Amino acid sequence: MEIHYSAEQIAFRDEVREFLKQELPADIASKVKLGKHLTKEDHQRWQQILSRKGWYAPGWPVEHGGTDWGPVEKHIFDEESAAAGAPRTIPFGVNMVAPVIIKFGTEEQKRKYLPRILSGEDWWCQGYSEPGAGSDLASLKTRAVRDGDHYVVNGQKTWTTLGQHANMIFCLVRTDPEAQQQRGISFLLIDMNTPGITVRPIITLDGDHEVNEVFFDDVRVPVENLVGEENKGWTCAKYLLTHERTGLAGIGSSKAALSHLKKIAARQQKGGKSLLEDPLFRAQIAEVEMSLMAAEMSTLRIVAAASEGGVPGAESSILKVQGTEIRQAITHLMRKALGPYALPFLPEELEGDFDGEYLVADYAAAPASTYFNMRKLSIFGGSNEIQKNIVSKMILEL
Amino acid sequence: MDFKLTEEQQMLQDTAARLVRDVYTFEKRLEFSDSEAGYSTEFWQQLGELGLTAIPFSEELGGFGGSGVETMLIMEQLGRGICLEPYMESVILAGGLIGQLGSDQQKEELLGAIASGELQAAVALEEPNSHYNLFDVQTTARQNGSSWSLSGRKAVVIGGHTAGKILVSARTAGDVRDQQGISLFIIDPNAAGVSRRVYSTVDGRKGCELFLDNVEGELLGTAGEAYDAIRYQSGRAIAALCGEAVGAMRTACDLTLEYLKTRKQFGVPIGKFQVLQHRMVDMVSELERATSMAILAACLADDKDSDERSAKLSAAKFVVNRAARYVAEQCIQLHGGIAMTWEYNGAHYAKRLVMISHQFGDDDHHLEAYSNQLVVA
Repeated sequence: MEIHYSAEQIAFRDEVREFLKQELPADIASKVKLGKHLTKEDHQRWQQILSRKGWYAPGWPVEHGGTDWGPVEKHIFDEESAAAGAPRTIPFGVNMVAPVIIKFGTEEQKRKYLPRILSGEDWWCQGYSEPGAGSDLASLKTRAVRDGDHYVVNGQKTWTTLGQHANMIFCLVRTDPEAQQQRGISFLLIDMNTPGITVRPIITLDGDHEVNEVFFDDVRVPVENLVGEENKGWTCAKYLLTHERTGLAGIGSSKAALSHLKKIAARQQKGGKSLLEDPLFRAQIAEVEMSLMAAEMSTLRIVAAASEGGVPGAESSILKVQGTEIRQAITHLMRKALGPYALPFLPEELEGDFDGEYLVADYAAAPASTYFNMRKLSIFGGSNEIQKNIVSKMILEL
Repeated sequence: MDFKLTEEQQMLQDTAARLVRDVYTFEKRLEFSDSEAGYSTEFWQQLGELGLTAIPFSEELGGFGGSGVETMLIMEQLGRGICLEPYMESVILAGGLIGQLGSDQQKEELLGAIASGELQAAVALEEPNSHYNLFDVQTTARQNGSSWSLSGRKAVVIGGHTAGKILVSARTAGDVRDQQGISLFIIDPNAAGVSRRVYSTVDGRKGCELFLDNVEGELLGTAGEAYDAIRYQSGRAIAALCGEAVGAMRTACDLTLEYLKTRKQFGVPIGKFQVLQHRMVDMVSELERATSMAILAACLADDKDSDERSAKLSAAKFVVNRAARYVAEQCIQLHGGIAMTWEYNGAHYAKRLVMISHQFGDDDHHLEAYSNQLVVA
């Protein structure tokens, strides 16, 4: 057993570090670390840099523009990117719809969509959840009715993350209302500029515009936009969900957040000393750091097993729960570190172009809002309770 | 990075697993626990015959030069059977201290015997007021010419009642809580001035209080400079305990899961109730966390001494203590009344799991230790 990286892996890590040091724009990294709002342009600028390097789609096969990295290299890349303050990759195109297209799509779909994802020409969003279909995703009602060489789509999707920036959406739609729940569902690619689509913002509890509702009113979608077979969309959805879960432990971003927490605690005062010197607060930081250490080791065990050809199964569900709880615990401590200054709500201080005087400091505007925003972690990607159902069924066979 | 076992490690694990499975039935364990030794002297011999007590020692001593990983594999299996033998105390801790501090002659005399299982040694580090701080030593040793004379009281010496030799920490200089001035001595438990109050422990083992009144001791290492070795070898003991805890947790989880599938109430197996399913998942989740930290501890146990090693071993013990308590409590809760009885196996796993946190530092102790070393840059 060996818990340390090999010499080659360390060399790779150093290469990634050097690239990030040279290429990651300082203004973007600063926004990420301080929890400020990223614009569409920020995301696109970073994507272009990664694309030029050939590192935007590490998980894809090389022939489609991916890398030959194994699970360990991918993990190192994610860790280092998060530690350096790189924006998290918006997963919907590169890490969600692309793997489905690569696995189930036609040659024409691959030729059409994959290069546009790599180049950033297409911004994808996800049309899964509906007002009546959250954890019980298979109860979705958005209908697609075949009409010649088109499907006519009617219904409503919700929680569409960054849909306001997107020009493409992949949707689960019901093509056979008679079939049992999972059976009559299909996986459709829809151009957001098609007539009949309306996007409406949902303002989240922290005042941010991150998610949307998307309405479909007689939207005509060419049949060649169907991925896989009609009524077999659930297979795509399941495949995608396992892809989604593996990255959800968020070890890298938790490590970055923990290091930011220590910086905040070092600057906040209590009893004439910094909070970092307060034994009670320090112990709380220590506790979450130890949990993170355990989750990191568990991640490495899964990553190592994956590089031996193992498929991450329900263990990644356990890790999703642990990882999100840790991330939430860190935001809880960051908010507590501010004391009464957690109260002032100053969203303007979170904009990149803010040039006024900070009420407290550049680090103080985000934590309370971030704390509330991060409650989403235990809800999305399959709520933590759903993850426990998965473990219960798949591993424990209860 | 690699978490696979080598072929030899796999064989070692299988050997230990088979032995524990064959010997340690629930009824047998209760018998061993009730015996005068408080464990099976026969099983101890078998550990020796199969070479399991020799694993960590060098090849010159008849050992295999095994690392923390081999120790973890053995301890995990001993944990699966909640075995009562003082393996960690004698082989890992006493063996480790003698190996680190002993003269060539002491090593030759003692380590071979420990490695073969012929000698069972115990280690007396805690005192009534030390509360896991092993530098808090009030027992004294005075030098008379070439010999040393020890006086004081050492607390909860597991295996001390049957030990052929006991290693005792005593102060030869400095103040009560100074890290300098602590020395280690080898004493003969039958020497003049030694008295022992023997007792059973809550988890079915046996130990004793050790009262020393001008007892002759043989110095191990340099006078006044034993603490570094005590801290270092405690780290190895911590790693071993983490392995044992993981084994015991795994069996406690297996028992609980089995019970959820067979016990019926309201006409269905109780494992059909979601509230119990999620609790069971939480137990498994704690087990996973603990397994990861036990592996981390095993891989660090034999590294060079450093603040980082100490901090990570503290983190491992902290996480494992918390996990062990959770699994123990939920094992009892999910079994309901049956786990409240002496006759139920799961109850004994729960007791050992909770008691592990009372050896070499509970969660508060290690939280404080880790917190004091928090890297802030």
